[in-house]
Amino acid sequence: MLLKVNGRVLEAADGCTVTQLLDQLHVTGTVAVERNGALVRRDDQGTTVLGPDDAVEIVHFVGGG
Amino acid sequence: MEPLILGAHTFTSRLLTGTGRFSSLARTTEALSASGSELCTLAVRRIDLNETASSALLEALPAGMKVLPNTAGCMTAQEALRVARLAREALETDLVKLEILADPLTLYPNNAETVRCAQLLIDDGFTVLPYCGDDPVVCRELAAIGCAAVMPLAAPIGSGLGVVNPHVLRLIIDQVHVPVIVDAGLGSPMDACQAMELGAAAVLVNTAIAAADDPVAMARAFGLAVEAGYLAAQAGRIPKRAYATASSPIEGVVGA
Repeated sequence: MLLKVNGRVLEAADGCTVTQLLDQLHVTGTVAVERNGALVRRDDQGTTVLGPDDAVEIVHFVGGG
Repeated sequence: MEPLILGAHTFTSRLLTGTGRFSSLARTTEALSASGSELCTLAVRRIDLNETASSALLEALPAGMKVLPNTAGCMTAQEALRVARLAREALETDLVKLEILADPLTLYPNNAETVRCAQLLIDDGFTVLPYCGDDPVVCRELAAIGCAAVMPLAAPIGSGLGVVNPHVLRLIIDQVHVPVIVDAGLGSPMDACQAMELGAAAVLVNTAIAAADDPVAMARAFGLAVEAGYLAAQAGRIPKRAYATASSPIEGVVGA
């Protein structure tokens, strides 16, 4: 299935969870995830199943004032 | 120094630092350590899908440093609320520096959206530190709805102009019952000292440290200036007078 991750279209396995998507993208650091505009709690990342055309945002922390 | 209390958090240092614009992570670590700061701001951004995401900045922070995620880049209350919730989830902190900008040229805050969003964040359990205009009325309103501090600007972000309106800053400090943290526009330790002497509870400095020729030395200088200004404010300065008053005795001058 196709997902929109941080504005980019990506291929992911059908039925993939948020945790599996993070693994696929080699994301290991401190991040937060939104699915279709709603926050995905960290405890729910392993059980949140993504669907076709879901919009996923993955953010981390950078220098700022 | 008395501790600085922001919501449920207590700090010894009254210097908050920003982590933007440093030339390297090593410099960030050294400068933040030299500053004595115990609370630093971070920005929330999309990860780059072409690179391995990392927590390099978080890992580079000095031991014991608490983090204050900001909502920089947000132009509406809804955007800022989203960013604040993402940051809270990842960093497990209720602290947020609320920053909603009005335009890219001045980077002035949108005060109306800031007040609206502050209320939403407070209702959602955040400890809110809002960047706002140096307007006593806006600052009073932000304090009244339950912000843990107010963060009026000294001058435009990154401008280094210093406290351009000390009179209005004094009014804000007199009228607001929560800590006043002077944010944005400080250019040198002199400016930080002035803000503290005026009665500010703390200052937030980023560009003036990060973009200095020697950020580590400048960070230390800011730490000292904040302490000096705080002590001076407690000590009570002399009134200003138009004419001289001798500091040596007038009587007993030789040959008089």
